[in-house]
Amino acid sequence: MKKDLITSAIGIVVLTLLLGIVYPLVITGVSQVAFPGNANGQQVFVHGRLVGSKLIGQPFADQVVKNGKPQVDKNGNPVTTPDPRYFQTRPSATVPADNAAGTAFSNLGPNNVATEQAIAANVQTYLGLEKPYDPRLTAAHVPVDAVDSSASGIDPDISVANADIQAHRIAAVRHLTLAQVDALVAKYTGGRGLGFSGEPGVNVLQLNLALDRLTGGR
Amino acid sequence: MTFLGWLLIFGFAVILTLLALPLGRYMAAVYTGERTILDPILRRPERLLYRVMRVDTGQGQDWKAYAKSLIVFSLAGWLLLYFVLRTQTLWNFTGLNPQHFHSGTWDLSFNTTSSFLTNTNWQYYGGETTLSYFSQMVGLTVQNFLSAAVGIVVAVALIRGIIGRTGKSLGNFWQDLVRTVLYVLAPIAIVAAFVLVFQGSIQNFSHYLGLSTLTHLPQVIGMGPVASQEAIKLLGTNGGGFFNVNSAHPFENPTGFTNLLEMLLVLVIPAALIFMYGRMSGNRRQGYTLYAVVMVMFLGACAVAYIAEAHGSPAQHAAGLHTGVVAGSTGGNMEGKEQRFGIAGSALFDVITTVTSCGAVNSALESFTGIGGAVPFANLSASETIFGGVGTGLYSLLLYVILAVFIGGLMVGRTPEFLGKKIEAREVKLTIIALLATPLMALFCTAMGVATRSGRASLSAAATGPQGFSETFYAYLSQANNNGSAFAGYTGYLQPNAGNVGAHGVTFADLLGGFDMLVARYMPILFALAIAGALAGKRVSPAGLGTMRTDNPTFGVLLIGVIVLVGALTFFPALLLGPIVQGLTGHLY
Repeated sequence: MKKDLITSAIGIVVLTLLLGIVYPLVITGVSQVAFPGNANGQQVFVHGRLVGSKLIGQPFADQVVKNGKPQVDKNGNPVTTPDPRYFQTRPSATVPADNAAGTAFSNLGPNNVATEQAIAANVQTYLGLEKPYDPRLTAAHVPVDAVDSSASGIDPDISVANADIQAHRIAAVRHLTLAQVDALVAKYTGGRGLGFSGEPGVNVLQLNLALDRLTGGR
Repeated sequence: MTFLGWLLIFGFAVILTLLALPLGRYMAAVYTGERTILDPILRRPERLLYRVMRVDTGQGQDWKAYAKSLIVFSLAGWLLLYFVLRTQTLWNFTGLNPQHFHSGTWDLSFNTTSSFLTNTNWQYYGGETTLSYFSQMVGLTVQNFLSAAVGIVVAVALIRGIIGRTGKSLGNFWQDLVRTVLYVLAPIAIVAAFVLVFQGSIQNFSHYLGLSTLTHLPQVIGMGPVASQEAIKLLGTNGGGFFNVNSAHPFENPTGFTNLLEMLLVLVIPAALIFMYGRMSGNRRQGYTLYAVVMVMFLGACAVAYIAEAHGSPAQHAAGLHTGVVAGSTGGNMEGKEQRFGIAGSALFDVITTVTSCGAVNSALESFTGIGGAVPFANLSASETIFGGVGTGLYSLLLYVILAVFIGGLMVGRTPEFLGKKIEAREVKLTIIALLATPLMALFCTAMGVATRSGRASLSAAATGPQGFSETFYAYLSQANNNGSAFAGYTGYLQPNAGNVGAHGVTFADLLGGFDMLVARYMPILFALAIAGALAGKRVSPAGLGTMRTDNPTFGVLLIGVIVLVGALTFFPALLLGPIVQGLTGHLY
């Protein structure tokens, strides 16, 4: 028994040093040298200003201003409205939306009224934004990823079908041809892992940055 | 459903098998003391570790000594981890708490410590809003390695008991532990961590990034040493995410390729262990038979989950959505799923992490359809026999094999024998207790959870109707199986949006869950070791014409029958009340 106690005490300390300190430090050191961009989160800069990470979805929305005052909700988070000049990311269940320092699932069940209401509200928002530019759109045409909240709350991608619908709005608002926008969508559509793992997604931040470069940002 | 979706599921099974075969051969060499390819590099550090830890490797241990070492070592690990979590602010001087998170509350820390010690990694806390980098590394990453190693050595000891012909020795716990960490877990984890960073996972000690987005809204992005923890979290079937949303987070699982890699990391050791068992027992066909049994059940679970999720949910249909495949979208139930993984990549991942004790998720289980969500339930009901956690899976499966041998023996009227050793009353009694410990804990704790007001305090507001029962049942079933995946609306920790200031644990859920995990982990371990002790040194009678073979398809079918029957008899009433009601009605609550 005494022997077990001694070996346990020494063992847990030594293994903690090895696995809890040496191992992460070695991985960090090598990663910072070999893949510094990735290891630090693929940060994106515009004119020297950090605007986000390629891997992290962000809201492409503007803060609502009423009587000259930027509006906030009861938690102090900005009240926003989608910016029609940009492709929109997927619905997010975090507070505020796309919170990359407090990720959360929506945890909405498959048979719950709350889920149906949330999806119906998202459908209304989506149609309100896109229908003026594509009058034939109905709820049945809305791609599921556009109205179901993502898992992480910060999904950087949208489906190709979703991007193709939004392309009509972008082309009209930015005075581009649909072909120009579609070409950019195709350019920022990722492939599947090894050709069969996962689904193609359009990286929304990169796509919007490319649009800004094409037609001038804000 | 798409062709590529099915290709992912079946292609995964093929790649897994091709990787597990050589790894099984390698691991058999590691535990029988044969030369391995890594000997030239690792032999010296290994000897040094024995010297520092004062381990006498020549000394074999009988089951009691082996169990005692295991328990004492686990206790030491428990105390250290609890200390680290409770004194989080004490380590701020290391600079590894850039967000200045507070130390954990006593009840939450009890739950978290028990959770990581038992390889469960049930998470009531949110990683990026509660834990410092120091706690994640020095506390959790360490136990990610060690709890996995403890599971593996128990399986190895049980195999030695089953095959041992002379003496009562099951090997040496300390030697097995050190060799598991050095020769198996660490090398694979290091390679995997680098591949993850190469694909886009982060690995740094920076402050969280504060920035103003393209449209000038504030955004803060969590940082940290993610890849190093991610690799072992999956390889050790631990499952505790660095971030709250686990492997759904783009920094933990950035691409479709990493999703495939992570799934392989989870299953490769449990699969290899089965082949290793075949080699060590000198009967490879036995290994292949068991592998076929679990693979059939695994693929069945994948198919059900994929079909159900691709179909979409009643809530989607009520909202007027079309959930079929269209150009540019595969449709399906995308609530709580990530675009880059898609329906197939999400369904497969969640089947993999619920058949094992991994419990990582890349999508929200709570948002799965009724039938899709019933699959994780069914996987957990099979008590980790379908691959199962590292080590825990194999010893659970072997216990079921002993039970099946016994039942088969009764059916044909012969003395049950397993690999030439008579299975007698003592072994059968121990097996039954070991197998029933986990289900009993799960059902007892679920009953406590739904019948008491303190238990209902953990339910999420949106969980109305059967969803509330599902949440509770899943919570205690998952903790009892040391899985750790969750219907994540169920909470044991109330946290305001900003940081963890003023946050507090839900004491009842924290304590009940911790108790659930500890009992359901260590009882089966002790009984498995006791069975190993009972079998070790038993006389082996030569196989004759009347011997019931345990390495042919007939036995495979019998084994599936026993696993399904025990799971169904134990859990069917509870399953009916939750997911099955939801899956069958299409009704909104």
